[in-house]
Amino acid sequence: MADIAVHEEDHAHTEHGGYDDHVVHATSTGLSNNKLAMWLFLGSECLLFGGLISTYMLYRGRHEGGPGPSQIFDIPLTSVSSFILLMSSLTMVLAVNSAKRKDDRNTNLWLVVTALLGALFVGGQVYEFTAFYQEGLGFTTSLFGSSFYTLTGFHGVHVTVGVIMLLALVGAITRNRVTGDKAEVVEMVGLYWHFVDVVWVIIFTLVYLIPS
Amino acid sequence: MSATTDHAAQADAVEHHHAHDEHVPSDGYFIKIAIILAIVTALETSTYWWPDSMDSFATPALLIMMAIKFFMIVSIFMHLKFDSKIFSLMFYMGLVLAIGVYLVFLFTFQFFRP
Amino acid sequence: MAIIERPSAVPATVGAGGTTELVTPSRALGAYRRPVSTTGWKSWLFTVDHKKLGIMYGAVSLFFFLVGGIEALLIRLQLAAPDNTVLSAGLYNEMFTMHATTMVFLFVMPMAAAFANYFLPLQIGARDVAFPRINAVGFWLFLFGGIFLNTSWFLGGAADGGWFMYSPNSSALFSPSHGIDFWVMGLQITGIASLVGAINLIVTVLNMRAPGMKLMNMPVFTWMVLVVQFLLLFAMPVITVALFLLSFQRNFGATFFDVNQGADPLLWQHLFWIFGHPEVYIIILPAFGIISEVLPTFARKPLFGYKFVVFSGAAIGFVGWGVWAHHMFASGLGPVSVAVFSVATMLIAIPTGVKIVNWTLTLWGGKLWFSTAMLFSIGVIVLFTIGGVSGVTHAVAPSDTQQTDTYHIVAHFHYVIVGGAVMGLFAGFYFWWPKMFGQMLSERLGKWNFWLMFFGVNLTFGPMHILGMQGQPRRMVVWPEKLTGDGFFDLAFWNQVASVGSFVIAAGVLLFVINIFYTAKKKVAAPLDPWDARTLEWITSSPPKEHNFDRIPTVHSLDEFFHRKYEEVDTENGPKLVKVKTAEEVLAEEEANADHHIHLPSPSYWPIVLALGFPIIAYGVIFNLLLTIVGTALVLLAIFGWCLEPSVADDSDYDPPAGGDSTKELATLG
Repeated sequence: MADIAVHEEDHAHTEHGGYDDHVVHATSTGLSNNKLAMWLFLGSECLLFGGLISTYMLYRGRHEGGPGPSQIFDIPLTSVSSFILLMSSLTMVLAVNSAKRKDDRNTNLWLVVTALLGALFVGGQVYEFTAFYQEGLGFTTSLFGSSFYTLTGFHGVHVTVGVIMLLALVGAITRNRVTGDKAEVVEMVGLYWHFVDVVWVIIFTLVYLIPS
Repeated sequence: MSATTDHAAQADAVEHHHAHDEHVPSDGYFIKIAIILAIVTALETSTYWWPDSMDSFATPALLIMMAIKFFMIVSIFMHLKFDSKIFSLMFYMGLVLAIGVYLVFLFTFQFFRP
Repeated sequence: MAIIERPSAVPATVGAGGTTELVTPSRALGAYRRPVSTTGWKSWLFTVDHKKLGIMYGAVSLFFFLVGGIEALLIRLQLAAPDNTVLSAGLYNEMFTMHATTMVFLFVMPMAAAFANYFLPLQIGARDVAFPRINAVGFWLFLFGGIFLNTSWFLGGAADGGWFMYSPNSSALFSPSHGIDFWVMGLQITGIASLVGAINLIVTVLNMRAPGMKLMNMPVFTWMVLVVQFLLLFAMPVITVALFLLSFQRNFGATFFDVNQGADPLLWQHLFWIFGHPEVYIIILPAFGIISEVLPTFARKPLFGYKFVVFSGAAIGFVGWGVWAHHMFASGLGPVSVAVFSVATMLIAIPTGVKIVNWTLTLWGGKLWFSTAMLFSIGVIVLFTIGGVSGVTHAVAPSDTQQTDTYHIVAHFHYVIVGGAVMGLFAGFYFWWPKMFGQMLSERLGKWNFWLMFFGVNLTFGPMHILGMQGQPRRMVVWPEKLTGDGFFDLAFWNQVASVGSFVIAAGVLLFVINIFYTAKKKVAAPLDPWDARTLEWITSSPPKEHNFDRIPTVHSLDEFFHRKYEEVDTENGPKLVKVKTAEEVLAEEEANADHHIHLPSPSYWPIVLALGFPIIAYGVIFNLLLTIVGTALVLLAIFGWCLEPSVADDSDYDPPAGGDSTKELATLG
């Protein structure tokens, strides 16, 4: 929740031309409160995903009575969805750049493309989970199953929240309802989005590719 | 937390410094980075078809490629390279702490014993 | 700047105690408009004022302190006589679990948050925190989380697995009631509160400082709070993971900690203590900060080695990440792990010792004024040192293996928590009460309060060292008469002493509560600067105006307020500090140069609505997943309301109308 909360709570001090005698406009570090808060939040998220990844690493070999990682993973499929998420980072960057140029049309365009790619990734994950389930790996089948679904599920929820944020942002930009510095709000959602992507970079390698 | 105090000096150094002169790379630059990332991802995926005998080589190679992708996205797409060092400090503090703590955690489970 | 500003209705209310006229927005751009009440219950429910939130944090924490205290007294009553039957074994388990949980998560942490909320912006010369609405959501999450946790008493029984909830006791097999589910979800909710609070306060400290307030000019309390917020920022997600795993195990059939299914129960222990050890410093560092303010004030000399105190605080925070497994020496970690964590644990005694030495040297040669706040601070030095020394003995793994899960451990952590953290918070009450409420707590009652608590702590927890060394296990529900022993090692005798002691502490706390009501009834205004204080929070009226400072103070040095009052004058006997201004004169000077436009954040409906969604989700997870959907919908609604509400009221709503078209431009954007 905090991710949405933090970035919306601002308006740029540039809008306050009339109140220049007000001394506390500039922050002590000269940095935006919102961006600082977002980076702190992402720093904190490292510990969250670190815990989930470590739990998975500890339990990935424990799959008595059910399929194990090497039997079940469909590397070509996951590679494609990893690639999709990676490219969504590019489109996100293009959205941020457009926002910095105050080009609302292209900002919206790239945000929508990013959201679509994200949705595609989530769709791939749903497909993957369904396939795994049919192959006999339920959430409670084995420790491997529980920890795998917990880790990738948490990541999937993060992507889903990101998609909702992107679409909400498109709506807000279209109706001119963004509070504060629009470019910064887009950048903020972008930071969150890239972070989610970067977590997948790690999951893709540690969970899927490294032979267990 | 010693890092907190380290940045005391930094925070004060940039006091009253407005970060408006931010360097914004062009779209083309980002596309180039994305192409490199795509190539690395293709390389990563290719390890899946490597023969089993190369497993001991694949693991370090994969970890290195993962690190390359991670830092490219974080420092370029997320602008850490172009932004204030304070942002990097906040994020890397969490990252380093996470890596350190969870490596020790796995070590206590004898995870790294061959 | 993230403060959402509204122009002050009366520009520069010089010396008028912050009386602002009501401003009413007429329309709100299609979204719900922002509340504007400055009086009455609405002004509290929808407030984003860090001072009001601080007071609410304090009041709620104090309530939970009394709840946790009653639980402690019931425990001690049960252990006051052989084969006692005050509590059944099951209820006893619930009692000690909830006692610890309440005291740690619903009293010490939020009470520190109360002081941090109230005084951190004042100490750095800010008008509010960086994210006022997030500040409010933090408080409401804490309140609702705490209430949620305690409703378990009425809905089938409270958690009974001990505060660190080890597997397998935490599994549905051994704890079939919903108690542990309440515990898990309740801690998740208060955990979100801590996390968003941490982000908010870190940004506040880094970004909202008054001109000249360099990091090394900040008061030690602010520093310690900053370190604590970093600990929270990075420790909360670890317990979040652990709690999620546990709730997936209890509610959705996963087996993360079930040995029968091949799981490793140490996974929980590690995750819990990776969080739990930083948590120890989260508990104690705010108290260290408070007494680092109190001791110099009442010794009338600067804190000895300010930099050492600050850096050792940061060092404690950092090293605190590498010692968690000393809680697990008896769990079979293997010799390498035990040795590494043992050494790391001993290392942490160094920065802690540095602090003790600095405080002691602050007292050395000072003109000591034994006010209640000072007595409590000295109490902290004494009692924390005792607890710290027994703590070092626990770092020695072979010795710890003998003491694990005995009353010796109970004695140790109560000395550091009650003798350190709680006494430190009491020092804060007596020191800052006149600033927060403009009234002096009775010093006479205060001294009784202190001595009762001081003797009570020693009477209660001192004998536990002996009990523990004799092998009385922690969490033991009865002691049978025939096993009591005799002479000095008579378990019956020392248990009874401890029980009597617990009521002595209770009497002390009761005196504090009486003191509050007595003070509120007496209504004697406190002097502006009753303690001849040193830091920025005293350069404003008591209680502070809504906008904190008439003029944002420009800071030139550490102990800014002190240096505005005193100047160094050369005399025959060397340089001497001479009082050149009174506090009233300093304040008058600030008021005379008041800022003309003071912008404060508008209140908001959404923080309380947002927070309300979470306990509904939590009840849903326990009782009916449909309820979860309702809660989630409420959370989503609140987030959208939050994002879409106008950042300020419309131009024409103000009297006089805000100057220029700047606000209008802002309004169309919002």
